[in-house]
Amino acid sequence: MTDATYTGGKEPAKHGLLTVDARTKKRNASEKRFRLYGLAAIGAGVFFLVVLLGSILANGIGAFQQTFIEVPVYLEEAKLDKTGNRDPAEMAKVSTFGYSPLIQNSLWKVIVDSGAQTEFEDGGDVKQMISASAAAKVRDWVLANPDRVGETVDFQILASSRVDGYLKGRVSRESIAQDKNIDAAHLDLVDVLRAGGTIHKSFNWEFITGADASESRAEQAGLGVSMLGSLFMMITVLLLALPIGVAASIYLEEFAPTNRFTDFIEVNISNLAAVPSIVFGILGLAAFIQFAHLPQSAPLVGGLTLTLMTLPTIVISTRAALKAVPPSIRDAALGVGASKMQATFHHVLPLAMPGILTGTIIGLAQALGETAPLLLIGMVGYIATNYPEGVFSGFLSPNSAMPAQIYEWAKRADPAYYERAWGGIIVLLLFLLAMNLIAIVLRRKFERRW
Amino acid sequence: MPVLWLILIVLALAVAGYVAGRARAISGAGDDRRALHSLPSYYGWNVAMKVMVPAFLVLIVWLIAQPFIVNTKATSLLPESAIPEGSTLGLVMSDVRRVADGLDLSVAQGLLSAGDAATLTVGGSDIRAMLGSAGVAVGTEITPEVLAAAQSYRSTNATGDLLRSIVVIGLGLIGGALALAQTNPDFRARNAVERGIRAILVGAASLAILTTIGIVLSLVFNTIEFFRIYPASEFFGSFTWSPSFGGGSQLGIWPLLWGTLYISLIALLVSVPIGLFAAVYLSEYAGPKFRAVAKPALELLAGIPTIVYGLFALLTVGPLLLSVFGRDGLGWMQAGTAVMTAGLVMGIMLIPFVSSLSDDIINAVPQSLRDGSYGLGATKSETIKQVILPAALPGIVGAILLAASRAIGETMIVVMGAGAAARLSLNPFDAMTTVTAKIVSQLTGDADFASPEALVAFALGMTLFVMTLGLNVFALFIVRKYREQYD
Repeated sequence: MTDATYTGGKEPAKHGLLTVDARTKKRNASEKRFRLYGLAAIGAGVFFLVVLLGSILANGIGAFQQTFIEVPVYLEEAKLDKTGNRDPAEMAKVSTFGYSPLIQNSLWKVIVDSGAQTEFEDGGDVKQMISASAAAKVRDWVLANPDRVGETVDFQILASSRVDGYLKGRVSRESIAQDKNIDAAHLDLVDVLRAGGTIHKSFNWEFITGADASESRAEQAGLGVSMLGSLFMMITVLLLALPIGVAASIYLEEFAPTNRFTDFIEVNISNLAAVPSIVFGILGLAAFIQFAHLPQSAPLVGGLTLTLMTLPTIVISTRAALKAVPPSIRDAALGVGASKMQATFHHVLPLAMPGILTGTIIGLAQALGETAPLLLIGMVGYIATNYPEGVFSGFLSPNSAMPAQIYEWAKRADPAYYERAWGGIIVLLLFLLAMNLIAIVLRRKFERRW
Repeated sequence: MPVLWLILIVLALAVAGYVAGRARAISGAGDDRRALHSLPSYYGWNVAMKVMVPAFLVLIVWLIAQPFIVNTKATSLLPESAIPEGSTLGLVMSDVRRVADGLDLSVAQGLLSAGDAATLTVGGSDIRAMLGSAGVAVGTEITPEVLAAAQSYRSTNATGDLLRSIVVIGLGLIGGALALAQTNPDFRARNAVERGIRAILVGAASLAILTTIGIVLSLVFNTIEFFRIYPASEFFGSFTWSPSFGGGSQLGIWPLLWGTLYISLIALLVSVPIGLFAAVYLSEYAGPKFRAVAKPALELLAGIPTIVYGLFALLTVGPLLLSVFGRDGLGWMQAGTAVMTAGLVMGIMLIPFVSSLSDDIINAVPQSLRDGSYGLGATKSETIKQVILPAALPGIVGAILLAASRAIGETMIVVMGAGAAARLSLNPFDAMTTVTAKIVSQLTGDADFASPEALVAFALGMTLFVMTLGLNVFALFIVRKYREQYD
């Protein structure tokens, strides 16, 4: 039968352009569903991003504000300078224990003057409102200005972390029921003083520039010292990873013959890029501390470890930048009599430099946020309370680093430190953002399309 | 002479060599530069290079070798009887080193004359008190043997340092002199310098191999050391993990492996569907404008450091889950740190990883396959499901394996979000711990690498290294083997 003829019987199925049958409807519905899944997936990703950034901002922004108490402190001569010589060396014999009562009594005087009703009897009862660091601050000031002894000087002293938490809503009368560090009566006083303007919140530079503090003085802790630790680490990484990475890439891209050895190097580099960062920490511990006896917790060791970790990233991006320089540049240089080395260093490398720098900055940003290797070489658990004395000790004396400091704060029991940890993350992310922006600007401005 | 000074002296010699070499080449050519084979600066560099390279190479070897030699010599002075009951040679040697350091410090602070330090005897004066005032605390009483070993340690070190300075500076001078003697207008200075630069480039490229060797050696040696004091059959056979630094620990790896795999599984269950669907949508449906916004937004997640995710798990996700599944809610969860917490957050971290890798792979599927499918009347989603995804499958499997290797090696999220208890449980709301978290907890704090409790971290690291490397190689293998060649 060659001709297909309609032999009657059932009507043909209603497939057609104008009629939509059940199967087509089903297919179209499934198409729509599939599309929605995709949108939902992207929506979920963006949602997570927003929640993450939102919770960082919501929890961390408070760390930049700190509660201060404005107290006129009477610097009593009989206590601070018994001989009356105003000789700082002699006055240094009075420890912070000599200063604490002065501050407490001054605060007590402020409270009495404000007319607040309270069950407390003297300055010793309100010491819970004052940060333990206040005495040291006043002492430092007095030793720097010895001739002001005997006068009454206005000080902005830090309130204790519980008072700070009360102003920020972290501490309430219910939450301190079991707390030995502060009573509800103190909070009543805080309310009165706050209304009078004696207790107020203001921007806290100490958080950005200051040193870490002991477990009980959350209000005093700052990021400054660990920031310096990170800075010295990044200098080490930059000074080592950039030249070594560029040299390795030039060899692999411009000079390496295709043989087993070159293949082996390439396999190694791509594998190292996928090795978990904690393994580099183990390497740093074994090679630099166990074997080479470099000091623990030193930024130099951290920098060396991070260099090894960052090198593959830098090599990969540098090779891409070198590859993007067209061969005609090399041919032209060789044609006018340059050696291969001269063609590479005088012509190809300068043209690839923007791409190399972009890759290096991104590698540095990655190294700046890395925490796990630092845990193993002892940069956590070290309380960074002292600024390094100079460049040499900046590299070699123990220090913390920004991410390690954040981890350290997150581990501490006092919830006041959680706020610091979130605040530290804001600072860290700002640094990363700045570095990435620089990389993007470099790329936009200098990148050439051939 | 301190090493820093030595380096500076060699550098100064190199600068002098540069100037001399350049001047000699020019004067040799009778001030006619065209008679030179290379540019004048190459002659200078040639001399500088030949001053520095041998001197620095010997210096590096010397710095590594001298401590070994000094140690061996001091150790040979310690008789068996000098090691007290319950102590080891290593502990006594660390005493020796501390006494030697203390003597150095005492001399530096003027507590002791250099001659006295070499002839000091135990009976004569209270050495411990003196070392203490110099700032070095020695735990045990100093025996005559330890003191003798310390003095030998000092004198060998001093001789070594002196010899080192002489040899290094001498080599620099000889190298410079030889290079200067070579310098004449016909000498191919550029070729010599370029050979040197090439050697440096090869050296830099080989650092990748050195790093790998370093990782493997540091893991292997310490792992062997661990298995010498702790049976491997226990490590791989026991189902209990209970380290105690007092001794009698049980160090079975299985609870840690289980925790690692469980958390990774949850992370993949979160990230793979989201990442894959996002990649499909971005590459097949999204217009250029939407893509330009959504793709960087997702990739922002990849640029955030893991410490941030760790804190997010510990302080936001953990308490949130606890309020739903905890005692006030369903009662499945005891604390905020749990497998679910770490897994969820790690899943969020991995979304961009899966999505950008799959995006690249889906984009690499040739347009002709899509066009063919549309031509047959398939809808877009049918094309994706039946043509594009099968074609991209090897690449996608590779991407998922890479994501799994990331999840297994991730440290900060599990350290902060998963808890510390090692247990074998099926409940995803229990706290469990992972290989990486235990590496951290066993190695931080105490820096004594002699106990099995610390050394086990290296065995764990070895396991982790082998697992992640295996996954990476396997991913590469799958991609290579099953990739379709369309062109």
